[in-house]
Amino acid sequence: MKLLALLPFAALLGGCDFVVLAPAGDVAIQQRDLVVISTILMLIIVLPVMALTVFFAWRYRQSNTAAPYEPDWDHSTQLELVIWSAPLLIIICLGALTWMGTHLLDPYRSLGRIAADKPIESKDAPLNVEVVALDWKWLFIYPDYGVAAVNELAAPVDRPIRFRITASSVMNSFYIPALAGQIYAMPGMETKLHAVSNKAGTYRGFSANYSGAGFSGMHFDFKSLSATGFDKWVANAKASTNMLGRTDYLQLERPSQNDPVRLYGTVDRDLYKAILNMCVEPGKMCMSEMMAIDAKGGLGREGLNNTLPLTYDKYARRGAPLGTEPTFVAGICSMDEIKDAPSRDVLAPLDLTPLRGVGLKRPPFSPAHPSSTSLLLGQRPKSES
Amino acid sequence: MNPDLVKMIFGRLNLDALPLHEPILVGTFAVVATGGLALFALVTYFRLWGYLWREWFTTVDHKRIGIMYMILGIVMLLRGFADALMMRLQQAIAFNGSDGYLPAHHYDQVFTAHGVIMIFFVAMPLVTGLMNYVVPLQIGARDVSFPFLNNFSFWMTVGGAVLVMMSLFVGEFARTGWLAYPPLSNIGYSPDVGVDYYIWGLQVAGVGTTLSGINLVCTIVKLRAPGMTMMKMPVFTWTSLCTNVLIVASFPVLTAVLALLSLDRYVGTNFFTNDFGGNPMMYVNLIWIWGHPEVYILVLPAFGIFSEVTATFSGKRLFGYTSMVYATVVITILSYLVWLHHFFTMGSGASVNSFFGITTMIISIPTGAKMFNWLFTMYRGRIRFELPMMWTVAFMLTFVIGGMTGVLLAVPPADFVLHNSLFLIAHFHNVIIGGVLFGLFAGINYWFPKAFGFRLDPFWGKLSFWFWVSGFYFAFMPLYVLGLMGVTRRLRVFDDPSLQIWFVIAAFGAFLILLGIGAMLMQFAVSILRREQLKDTTGDPWNARTLEWATSSPPPDYNFAFTPVVYDNDAWWDMKRRGYKRPLTGFRPIHMPSNTGTGIILAGFATVMGFALIWYIWWLAAVSFVALLAVAIGHTFNYHRDFHIPADAVVRAEDARTRVLAAGAQT
Repeated sequence: MKLLALLPFAALLGGCDFVVLAPAGDVAIQQRDLVVISTILMLIIVLPVMALTVFFAWRYRQSNTAAPYEPDWDHSTQLELVIWSAPLLIIICLGALTWMGTHLLDPYRSLGRIAADKPIESKDAPLNVEVVALDWKWLFIYPDYGVAAVNELAAPVDRPIRFRITASSVMNSFYIPALAGQIYAMPGMETKLHAVSNKAGTYRGFSANYSGAGFSGMHFDFKSLSATGFDKWVANAKASTNMLGRTDYLQLERPSQNDPVRLYGTVDRDLYKAILNMCVEPGKMCMSEMMAIDAKGGLGREGLNNTLPLTYDKYARRGAPLGTEPTFVAGICSMDEIKDAPSRDVLAPLDLTPLRGVGLKRPPFSPAHPSSTSLLLGQRPKSES
Repeated sequence: MNPDLVKMIFGRLNLDALPLHEPILVGTFAVVATGGLALFALVTYFRLWGYLWREWFTTVDHKRIGIMYMILGIVMLLRGFADALMMRLQQAIAFNGSDGYLPAHHYDQVFTAHGVIMIFFVAMPLVTGLMNYVVPLQIGARDVSFPFLNNFSFWMTVGGAVLVMMSLFVGEFARTGWLAYPPLSNIGYSPDVGVDYYIWGLQVAGVGTTLSGINLVCTIVKLRAPGMTMMKMPVFTWTSLCTNVLIVASFPVLTAVLALLSLDRYVGTNFFTNDFGGNPMMYVNLIWIWGHPEVYILVLPAFGIFSEVTATFSGKRLFGYTSMVYATVVITILSYLVWLHHFFTMGSGASVNSFFGITTMIISIPTGAKMFNWLFTMYRGRIRFELPMMWTVAFMLTFVIGGMTGVLLAVPPADFVLHNSLFLIAHFHNVIIGGVLFGLFAGINYWFPKAFGFRLDPFWGKLSFWFWVSGFYFAFMPLYVLGLMGVTRRLRVFDDPSLQIWFVIAAFGAFLILLGIGAMLMQFAVSILRREQLKDTTGDPWNARTLEWATSSPPPDYNFAFTPVVYDNDAWWDMKRRGYKRPLTGFRPIHMPSNTGTGIILAGFATVMGFALIWYIWWLAAVSFVALLAVAIGHTFNYHRDFHIPADAVVRAEDARTRVLAAGAQT
């Protein structure tokens, strides 16, 4: 009966786009593989449990007096061993998988390959995209090309993309299921994501973390284009007369819903840095500057004088009912003097031979005190190299 | 009138706070007001106010408080479920350019309220209520350690619920999601009263929960019957102990984090702001350090219920009692080492993420062991498929699916693609409905005859069971599917028409659950009407194993005329086997705590103070705070705190039971 009821569902499943299970980017494909492998691993234990539940429930029903009944049987050391160690073994496998998968698919780690059969080459310089989650739209800045777009993201196929992600006001999550897993976009902070698309097409991207009234409309198209298609897209953007300077950004930043796609031909070179450091408003001290001052001991009491009353704010007022009048800290340096924080990218090795273990050479090894080298392994063999 | 004066008197409360322009809310208010007035009129007509006040509102009897908790939980279930239905309906119709019927302003409140109410005011009261009712009976105690505190805890929980319900008709509720992450919940982005209702509703209720946790820990540690060593405690008592330890250790974290958030909102500190040194990530960490143990606070007692039910209805000792206890304790400890798995996507390094992913998976080992223990309890048993056992089998089949998807979500790279998606929603409803709620229903059907002296009607119960179980699968399996299609949670409108069919199926599932809830209410009504046919005179209708079944149903105020002595972890089973004879003579006066109205008065002032703070009515907040202190201090001078039930009253009660038992034995 239950199987019959499931039939229409099976028909339904055929017509659907299971983007998480059939993605278009290498990172998402590896994540999908992990989803599938872990599910299979767990089914090894879950299916027998479900089968046993049904079987025991049926076999030991009260009316079946033919089945044995042992009211006082409540312990079996062998069984206990099995019921603790079987899940343990599965978890050991899954744990190993998790440890490796998490490190290999760390979104901060630069890509080690374009696809399963395509190692990365030095000519595949990553495409830099700076992502800003706004209320309630997405801004993508292409620092290498000096263009920007709202609610549309384009990238060439098979070229690694390096996203640097922040937000203007509240938390969002940057997610293109076909490309790679999501990562939060948070104001005043930067998260990173490395990904690559392997198949041309238009895919859906959106915010995966509720961010307020316009959240439902906060999605965009991710266009995975051929190299020439991407060049055309950039040229098209360049041709746009729209400019994105600081004042334009402050206008753009105001809440709006279901925004159309907009391209910008010119973008303020330092805009992303200013957004990240929350100092787009003229005269406001950048966070990086504040941290640099604090790292040197701060301005002391005098620092209290370095504030100005807050006149601009994002949407409501900032002041609390019992708090003091809202202020902001005035900047001391100019934008040009403020340096980027050093990049903290986790670099994937480009040469994978040592990882594969093929022809791996042992490091030269000569113990200083031969007697104390290793109690467990004894003396290691001398290197042959 | 002078606007400044008005502002001083009413804070920011004004007529605009009444949602007169929202027809749905006006309609709801009309229904609630009519129902409330009818109830008020009935109680007045039958002159029940005095009875209710003396026998129920001011009671310190753990049994009555337990029952009141259950009533609170079931009433709030109706509200929380109404929210769920509204969401399902909105998501089922908001396609093809339709905006649905709920504007963002309302929809966002609905899903926030649904989460908050279901966790804090449905699951928590139901779990606390069962523990309150059953634990003292199971350990052979007369009451909890601090009976007055118990009454106070209950009314504080009610106070929190009242504040949350009030937000429906006065002002609005939070539009932030049920955990109110800043910066969205900060004053800059949520300047309205919604988040303040959230904060004070949870703070007032949180006091109650924490105190009730302390109370039950103390009760279990100190008030066990002679002979009941820790390793002879019934499993439900064990899981209750662990749950209450978790409550005591984790609810202060919630209180603290909400206090910090309210400082940000009220006095302009910068704990969780974007700049000035604040960091919202701190809030996310803190709230989940409470939030993850909270999941186990809910599910551990359910595990305890399943253990009692499986052993009783299989007519067998529980398999692997010791490993069951150790599994519970291991889960208790590990539940503090996994909170980060709720935000793998916040940018932690790979080593941190994999640490928390692996600790999360490790929890599935003791949980799996428990599952096997129930299985082998059924093995070679004689299983009676009464309602509690049916819920247990449904739980075992459903919960493993939820557990599996949970472990899947614990793999960080898998979480990156499934986090915040409807897959996640399906997962946690799978464990909360399939685990906690099924457990509570098993518990309600199991202990109802103990509390009221008659069983619940099996026909309506089975109807409710099948509607609930099938409704659950119809409502949440489509969400797993949608999650794999990359659909995220909390969306209000959709533009991909191919998704609609799944939401329609899910809405149908919600409708089945509605029938399940309706059948459950019918079950209560029918059982009350047929109470003579369903009557249980023995006090032990299920041929059960633990001490609560040794006394009459419902138990006398004093629970046990003589404190039982325990020799086995299935104490009552052991007593029955050894041919236990009820003592018929030698009764002595019994020392009992007196009822007091202080708890309800204190909670009333706390609620008023919460309301005043929400609306910035500072004078009222100050007055109610002073009143709160005054009443609390005044109560310390209350010397009428206890009394003795005279020996002849005990004799009368026990003789009555002897006659009932004898009559039952003859028929």
